[in-house]
Amino acid sequence: MKSGNGSGQEKFALIVENGTVDKLMAASILAAGAAAMGKEVLVFLTFGGLMAFRKGAMNAPMVLPNEFQGMEQHLAKIMREKNVPHWLQNFQQAKEVGEVKVLACGATMDMFDLKRDDLEPIVEDVVGVARFIEVTEGAQILFI
Amino acid sequence: MNPSVHQISREIDARGSFCPGPLMELIRALKGATIGDTVAVLSGDPGSATDIPAWVRKARHELLGVEEPGESVKRFVVRKSR
Repeated sequence: MKSGNGSGQEKFALIVENGTVDKLMAASILAAGAAAMGKEVLVFLTFGGLMAFRKGAMNAPMVLPNEFQGMEQHLAKIMREKNVPHWLQNFQQAKEVGEVKVLACGATMDMFDLKRDDLEPIVEDVVGVARFIEVTEGAQILFI
Repeated sequence: MNPSVHQISREIDARGSFCPGPLMELIRALKGATIGDTVAVLSGDPGSATDIPAWVRKARHELLGVEEPGESVKRFVVRKSR
C-alpha cells in the first residue's frame, strides 16, 4: 500500500460499515467496477461490514434491512433465478480484474474479539483509522 | 441469431450473467487473448451497454462494433490492442 501520490493511480475507497446484503452487494459491485476501471481500490471493513466477512460468509444467512424483513426467501429465489453472484464472489472477481485491498478495522476486531483467522482469507490486513486516512490520501471515499 | 460482421477469435455468451458479469467475462477473456485477437461478448444485461464501452475506452482496446444479433441481446466486439 502506498501513501502519498507517487504512483499516479487514482484511488477509490469504500468504508463498508453495514452487513446487510443490499449494502454488501452494492459495495462489491462498486469495488469490481472501480477495479475494472483501473482504480486502486481500498475496502475498509468495519462493524457490521467486517462481521459479514467472518469465515463461512458464502453460506451465512442473508441479512436484509428492516423494510425487507421477511422477504429473505423471496429475494433468495430472485437471486437464484437471475444468476446474481454472491457479494463475496464479486469482491473476489474485483481482485482478479484490478488492484483491490480489503482491510479490517482494528477497533471492530478488538470489540468482538476477532482474530485474522476468523475472517475470510480475502481480508488482507488489520488497520487503524490513522493508517486508513494515510492510505486513502487523495482517494474518493464512500461510506456504505 | 445473426452472426457478426467481424472476424472473431472468440465469442463469449454472457447472456443470463448478472451485472457486472458480462464485463468481467470480457476482461478475463482479453487477459487470455493475444494482441490483435478479437473477442465478442453476448449480453442481455442493460448495464453492459454502457459498462463495456466505458471499460474498453479506459483500457485502451478497440471497440469494433456493437451488434444486435437477436431480441434483447447485444454483441460487443472488442479487439485487444495492447
